[in-house]
Amino acid sequence: MHHTDQQAALSSPWSGGVSPFAMGSKKLGMWLFIISDSLTFSVLLVSYSYVRFANPDWPKPFPFFNAITFSTMMTVVLLFSSLTMVMAVAAAKRGERGKAVPWIIATMAGGALFCGLHITEWFHLIEEGVRPFSNPWGSPLFGAAFFGITGLHMTHVSIGVIYLGIIAFGFGRGKFSAEDVEVSGLYWHFVDLVWMFVFPMIYLMSVKY
Amino acid sequence: MSEHAIAAHPETPARTLLFIWLWLVGITGVEVFLAYMQVAPLLMLVILVGLSIIKAALIMSYFMHLKFEKLSLVLWLVPALVFCICMMLIMFFPDSVRLLHLRPH
Repeated sequence: MHHTDQQAALSSPWSGGVSPFAMGSKKLGMWLFIISDSLTFSVLLVSYSYVRFANPDWPKPFPFFNAITFSTMMTVVLLFSSLTMVMAVAAAKRGERGKAVPWIIATMAGGALFCGLHITEWFHLIEEGVRPFSNPWGSPLFGAAFFGITGLHMTHVSIGVIYLGIIAFGFGRGKFSAEDVEVSGLYWHFVDLVWMFVFPMIYLMSVKY
Repeated sequence: MSEHAIAAHPETPARTLLFIWLWLVGITGVEVFLAYMQVAPLLMLVILVGLSIIKAALIMSYFMHLKFEKLSLVLWLVPALVFCICMMLIMFFPDSVRLLHLRPH
């Protein structure tokens, strides 16, 4: 192959010579994961909406005081952790490792606090008699829908806390780049974004008056 | 892969990010207020999903920097997602309302 042909081949999108969408492969991979995971949550939430409306005896176990105020607090905690993550990514891009790591740790603390509050909420419902296939109030599908959707979300948050821990450790020691922090930030914001649908649909649609 | 092919984003000012965050908290407050006001379930669902889509758009645009990525990426990812969700809604959701009418009263 001639030298000019080689150059032409290396600069084509099929040879690895060009970054698709002008972004790194890790970031593109994370975006693809986010889209596929969005569909997983979409299926769950559409199915939930289906059973919620098809069952007039759908349980409403969340009194405004304190279940809704409590879950609102959880939402604000998760939103706050997104803000700290944005700060971490900005500091990492500026090359300020000393500032980025504490912001990531603050994000992890927010995620851990969210999980703690959520587990408290779960135990409260379990004490009231909610099980995956039964509850004292109405449609037995409530437990499976609630524990399934919020459980999958909490799993994502827990994995996110571990993921951020690894990133904070590696970035602090200079093993990871700012792009790695940005990619972990995408994951964290996605987890926050999913909660923006789970919170209104699960909690606010089942308020006990 | 050549490093220069990867585009660098302009840094979003911290004040803008804080402003977006306050909007997100504010919209959450509106949602909670609607729950307190006891709005009818179907209307409530439509409003809540609408507000959640606005919140998702703010998070994706500013926190996830999608606003600063290439337009081709947005046009590749978002319509595919929206199409799949529409297919789910068209195929499944009307049945949930139909089932209500089939129930013995």
